[in-house]
Amino acid sequence: MKYVDEFRDPELITRAAEEIRRLADPNRHYRLMEVCGGHTHAIYRFGLKDVLPSNIELIHGPGCPVCVLPMGRIDDALSVAKDPDVIFAAFGDMMRVPGTHGSPLEHKARGMDVRIVYSPTDAIKLAKMNPQKHVMFFAIGFETTAPSTALTLMRAKSEGLHNFSIFCNHVTIIPAIRAILDSPDMRLDGFIGPGHVSTVIGCRPYEWIAKNERKPIVVCGFEPLDLLQSIVMLLTQLQKGEAKVENQYKRVVPWEGNRAALRAMAETFQLRPYFEWRGLGFISQSALRIREQYAEWDSERRFQVPGIRVTDPKAAQCGEVLKGVLKPAQCKLFGRECTPENPVGALMVSSEGSCAAYYNYEHRKGGLLTTISASA
Amino acid sequence: MSAGAKLGNPVPKIRFREPQIEMAHGAGGKASRRLVEGLFAPLLFGASSEPLGDAAHLKINGTRMAVTTDSFVVKPIVFPGGSIGELAVNGTVNDLAVSGAKPETLVLSLILEAGLRTDVLQAEIQAIADAAQKAGVRIAGGDTKVVEHGKADGMYITTTGLGAPLPGVEINTQSVRRSDKVLLSGPIGDHGITILLARGDLDMEGDLRSDTRSVFPLVSAVVQAAGPGVRWMRDPTRGGVATSLNELARDCGLGVVLFEDSIPVRDAVRGACELLGLDPLHIANEGQFLAVVAPEFADAALKSLQETPGGDEARIIGEIREQPAGSVLVTTLYGGSRIVDMLVGDPLPRIC
Repeated sequence: MKYVDEFRDPELITRAAEEIRRLADPNRHYRLMEVCGGHTHAIYRFGLKDVLPSNIELIHGPGCPVCVLPMGRIDDALSVAKDPDVIFAAFGDMMRVPGTHGSPLEHKARGMDVRIVYSPTDAIKLAKMNPQKHVMFFAIGFETTAPSTALTLMRAKSEGLHNFSIFCNHVTIIPAIRAILDSPDMRLDGFIGPGHVSTVIGCRPYEWIAKNERKPIVVCGFEPLDLLQSIVMLLTQLQKGEAKVENQYKRVVPWEGNRAALRAMAETFQLRPYFEWRGLGFISQSALRIREQYAEWDSERRFQVPGIRVTDPKAAQCGEVLKGVLKPAQCKLFGRECTPENPVGALMVSSEGSCAAYYNYEHRKGGLLTTISASA
Repeated sequence: MSAGAKLGNPVPKIRFREPQIEMAHGAGGKASRRLVEGLFAPLLFGASSEPLGDAAHLKINGTRMAVTTDSFVVKPIVFPGGSIGELAVNGTVNDLAVSGAKPETLVLSLILEAGLRTDVLQAEIQAIADAAQKAGVRIAGGDTKVVEHGKADGMYITTTGLGAPLPGVEINTQSVRRSDKVLLSGPIGDHGITILLARGDLDMEGDLRSDTRSVFPLVSAVVQAAGPGVRWMRDPTRGGVATSLNELARDCGLGVVLFEDSIPVRDAVRGACELLGLDPLHIANEGQFLAVVAPEFADAALKSLQETPGGDEARIIGEIREQPAGSVLVTTLYGGSRIVDMLVGDPLPRIC
């Protein structure tokens, strides 16, 4: 398969791993954060930790939109969808995320009209097919998915679609990285930068990380070779004492980002003064809301939204894991009360959540790795 | 009151505590297993129930026979490479085959929705007849019920199958040993991805057909070559190869280690899985089976499979090891590895 196989080539991967071993100073411990949940997923799925030297520690970042969404937002949307005339539409990865009284899927089993869609355009289709009902699309994601929500809003407006609205939970990545860097318990040597987000925002927005914080950041793709190459690039910078923004994912990410996407976002969204993130608390100017001109398609303006605030279950340490302070397995609930089947926190639900990735791919491997790799 | 309790056996313990049935309970993964083991088995088989196989092997008046039953609710009812009628025959035939029995006879139960067009029904009955002839099984009878329009999705089919146990074959998870080899009959994921694309929800197209077929000729080839060396077989339908092998790992207490590069997956399936974030190991199959064979018989079994029509893409995809006990581990050529769990939830409901 083109664009996939060449980035999973065992020989190239082995060579990249050797290069990493050569560059890494054995007397130094490296802490690199992969910002994106997609990277976390790939690291576990491809077993990359098995090929890295032990003094390179990968810290999972906050870049999992489902994970950072506070439970109150799900409760809010589900309370609107209690109205039998409302269809709740969302991407599949939202469906098993727990609200206070169960996930959207559990609400569906109890009779709520909950539909999985694969794009916001599908939600528009759904609205057209059900003119007597109101379709509420639960929009979620960083700048990766925000442009498609923006275009959907523009389309709903231009087509005069009145039985459709968007419950907007879009967040932006830069304030989250800033919050991580401001966190006193976090020491990092560099960042494996977001790949898909950067296709939209480009690489410039990261320049302050290099300039002011003196941390290298490499925008990175999602295949094993992408990740290893980015680690090579980070180690090379660290070895030379540099801190630059570099783009490893050039085949997809233009330095300046995607202007058309950014224009669509500017047309439809404005920054919220503040927004609550699970684990990170309230972060100012970190999320998007729908502009006044699109108020008719804004679920939060159209419906009575209770504005529910729920604190995470006390024993769950989602926040610590999200910030990278704890590893998934260090949480007291991990693998016991909290499993992908019975998730307490969203990190155990989304495939991009570090707990789910760790549980699915790594947990139970134990001390096997040395014996396995030799004979595979 | 169950038979077990009447006989003075310990009162069966119901462990299933979920308040309602979700789609996942029918997906063949973890939730299905909890429902069957936690609610059905204790009430129906008493406290001392054994691991459940694909078909029950019974002795009636001294005659050994295998029996199984399966329901089909696939949506849409016609898809590239097959339809619900064909699936209903092959699914049950395959459950008998992998239990180590020669499929002989089927009985049908149809639930039809009022308003179903006769030509659609006729086409499915014809599909059943054709598939039965191809698989060499007789249709012995059936039953039909009709429900109101809107209470079913066109048609549902249940097939119950009887088979004759093959002599000298003992399928048992307890007989699985370290170093046994895991064989797979051909490429995985074709059926699940075909259905997903056929639903048209995704605006994706692919040149792909369901793999629905009787696997009995292939099972028979393995049995002939490996006979007493055949430890276990399973057709990895809902929940895919990962779920079947996880069940095996849990039941036998050993680890299953797969070599990722030797697992056959067509490019169209891989592509769809990459785009959708699915693992081909979790995708349903309707014409493949897994066999665990003693190492000294593995090469002969593979050769015999590959020489049987439809078996040319069979591979040895892994082996049984002590560790990771009770789990499935996938390894790559560059030394990476990952645990592959059973399917959780239901990414693709009503796949068969």
